[in-house]
Amino acid sequence: MTSHDSATRRLRFEIFRFNPEDPDSVPHMQCFELDEAPYMSLYIALNEIREQQDPSLQFDFACRSAFCGSCGMLVNGRPALGCRTLTSDLPDLIRLHPLPVFKLIGDLSVDTGSWFREMVEKTEAWVHAGKAFDANAQEERMSDDLAQAIYESDRCIECGCCVAACGVANVNPEFSGPAGLNRIARFMMDPRDSRDDADWFEVVSTQDGVFGCLGMMACHDVCPKELPLLEVYAYLRRKALTTGLLPARRQVSKSE
Amino acid sequence: MSASLLSTDVLIIGGGLAGERCAIEAAAAGHDVLILSIVPPRRSHSCAAQGGMQASLGNCVMGAGDNTALHFLDTVRGSDWGADQEVAQMFVEDAPIAVRELAHFGVPWTRVRGGRNRYFIKGKRVELDELPENDGLLMHRDFGGTAKWRTCYAAAGTGHAALYAVDGEVVRLGITVKDRTEAVALIHDGGRCWGAVVRCLRTGKYFSVVAKATVIATGGYGRIYGQYTTNATINEGTGAAIALATGVVPLGNMEAVQFHPTALSPSGILITEGCRGDGAYLLDKNLHRFMVDLEPEKQELASRDVVSRHMVQCMRDGNGVETPFGPHLWLDLRHLGEEHLRTKLREVVEICRDFVGLEPTRDLIPVHPTQHYSMGGIRVNKDGQAYGMAGLFAAGEASCWDMHGFNRLGGNSLAETIVAGRIVGQSVAKHAAAASLDVSTSHVFATQRLAAERAREWFSRSGSGPSVYAIRDAMAETMLEKVGIFRNGDDLEQAVAELTRLLGDCDKAVLRSKAPGMNPELTFALRLKGMLRLATVTAMGALARSESRGAHWRTDYPLRDDANWLNRTLVRWADDASEPEFSYEPVGLIDLPPGHRGYGSDERIGMETPIEEYNRGVADAQAANGRLETSEPVGSRVSWGDWKAHQ
Repeated sequence: MTSHDSATRRLRFEIFRFNPEDPDSVPHMQCFELDEAPYMSLYIALNEIREQQDPSLQFDFACRSAFCGSCGMLVNGRPALGCRTLTSDLPDLIRLHPLPVFKLIGDLSVDTGSWFREMVEKTEAWVHAGKAFDANAQEERMSDDLAQAIYESDRCIECGCCVAACGVANVNPEFSGPAGLNRIARFMMDPRDSRDDADWFEVVSTQDGVFGCLGMMACHDVCPKELPLLEVYAYLRRKALTTGLLPARRQVSKSE
Repeated sequence: MSASLLSTDVLIIGGGLAGERCAIEAAAAGHDVLILSIVPPRRSHSCAAQGGMQASLGNCVMGAGDNTALHFLDTVRGSDWGADQEVAQMFVEDAPIAVRELAHFGVPWTRVRGGRNRYFIKGKRVELDELPENDGLLMHRDFGGTAKWRTCYAAAGTGHAALYAVDGEVVRLGITVKDRTEAVALIHDGGRCWGAVVRCLRTGKYFSVVAKATVIATGGYGRIYGQYTTNATINEGTGAAIALATGVVPLGNMEAVQFHPTALSPSGILITEGCRGDGAYLLDKNLHRFMVDLEPEKQELASRDVVSRHMVQCMRDGNGVETPFGPHLWLDLRHLGEEHLRTKLREVVEICRDFVGLEPTRDLIPVHPTQHYSMGGIRVNKDGQAYGMAGLFAAGEASCWDMHGFNRLGGNSLAETIVAGRIVGQSVAKHAAAASLDVSTSHVFATQRLAAERAREWFSRSGSGPSVYAIRDAMAETMLEKVGIFRNGDDLEQAVAELTRLLGDCDKAVLRSKAPGMNPELTFALRLKGMLRLATVTAMGALARSESRGAHWRTDYPLRDDANWLNRTLVRWADDASEPEFSYEPVGLIDLPPGHRGYGSDERIGMETPIEEYNRGVADAQAANGRLETSEPVGSRVSWGDWKAHQ
């Protein structure tokens, strides 16, 4: 196959450009053209543009196999991982913007790292073991079904696509965000974590937690790992209701 | 980054599993720890490890009777006797504790399901009963070159699950992480390391971190093969390059480069060995299972070096599937069934769907061998301390510790990150407790000025020199074509000449962009010389080693030569020296005598020196090569002859 093959598409890219480190830089869209190649992903295309057309273009890729979560970007307005987006699935005109919500580093590169570190700190997203590790003991048992259920939520790669797609996260910086809520659910269902429902209630049952969600579910639609976020929120709401509201109602009826 | 000088007790360069596990150990001992990472730590390449971690718990039927001695035997045989056997013993003994600790940190390991289970073993569907009393313990899968099912796993996302759990601990302990930063030079006085000069990858500004102990855990350097690697774009050997630049710290066994049999064609994305472990087949263009003829005993599950060579030979013999991107073979997962693929290999299903639009329940998967792992790296003693440089340590793939020798077994690298993190972390903590931080700030700033000068020098060049990306592509083609799976003297000589020429070109290359800030072209340009130096010493080490051992295969010297080459290559190359200096040291104390691996060729040139005599010379020869004193004497951790009952 040659680049002059009649079947080869000429792709037109419009890419958001802004370098905050350059006092002369102003936000604008820049156009590039490129011949499409078989199996061309945005990873391939953007590197080709950078290496052959504009070496100052900033973007982030690491694993280029949809594991590391580095390359979230808006592709024709929709959050997606650049590495697993094939140009063959896109029209001739491809518009790329950085993900909103996150601080811009330059062009398509955004600071998801700081956002997620803060989320992990805020939700204390680690197993609260309650006891020290015993190097001489056999591992604690867990059913494989439960391990699979935890793994299901644990698969989040913190790419930020869900956060960028979320109407609430876009206006309320305190909102835990879909990835944050998923992380909470992941530890809530883990029997190795000693936090009980009452501990979780404080984190989950506020407008910055699951009750801040308006149910638009763009997160669910754009998640590159296809996490079952709809079920995650249902689980969190159910837990919040059983620990918070139901005992309170019982108290009310008792005092009557 | 406003402050240009920071100080800490322990500086960790690299936020992957080895670096973070090491950080946890040092922080738990009460030290101030600072982690530098090119990407946010959870985006480190550890996250892309799929298959699992070897630990001899023996929880499932096919793992029953497993123990550390068997794991030791498999590891040393896998290494083609290039490993340090004392380090291999330390590793196999700690691995079971390390994986259980990860369970404690929250890794959702796949568990044993008591009762009837269906497996694929050597092409046959079998039904086996897992013991009800083992229900809920960590499950194992089969991997290449192992006597038992030993690899603990979390579906096909083990690295991701482990990295998130370990990073959660890092956050819990309040360890500072500076992401998007790159250590560009070590601060040292030729015998003592005091931290590193760092370039911020948000702003392009330089700062320095002084520390009592510095750990390099920057992973492998597969990107010296350009795009012909499963490695992430960030695996450019930045840590190995700054260690080499000291001229004091040697790199070990750089010619030992692993090619993984099953990278997805054409992108080079890894398809886990767990597929073959779980029963997948390799097929040629006629859909014939060629590995059954070639390795009747292990079939698809011989070690990676052996399988990769058979695959390339198969394609050279005209039995590959020809495409415009080069030939490939097929990986057949169809018989494993939808349920198995969607649970235990779900990441593989996603990769095939996302990158080539194939459905493994129905379609054959195009695969070919691709550069995957760097057995070589910064040579350290068994405590993880770099040769020749007090206060400098290395762990994980960045290091040559050296438990892998000339071929690493699948499942042993992810396990190494955690085990080495634990063991090296302890020696780092001990070192930091005893050390003081009396470094001259003028020396620190002089090192920083020198590093910053390099960026200015790149910007000052003008004219029409070659682009840094063209040099990188030429390096990649040379490495793939001439320092690949099958090597020979003529090719390697040409490779050395070509790489030497590219090093010259690097001095003439010109940037196309002078954009302020991190400037991606400058960022790469600053790494390019280091990458070329790593590539050059890899090719030179391969040219000098006139034998075939593990992944280093010379068609002109096809035998393993234990008479002359039962040793480890060391190379030093100061920043201002025109040529590298090579030396050799014994592989370490030999407990398991050199023999047949159980797969691959059984022909070799035997050892002439009696083992007792070889062993008597090890400690002194290594000390003469720069090994610093270890906390316990060399040999203290060898359980002599433990393996004998299990051979």
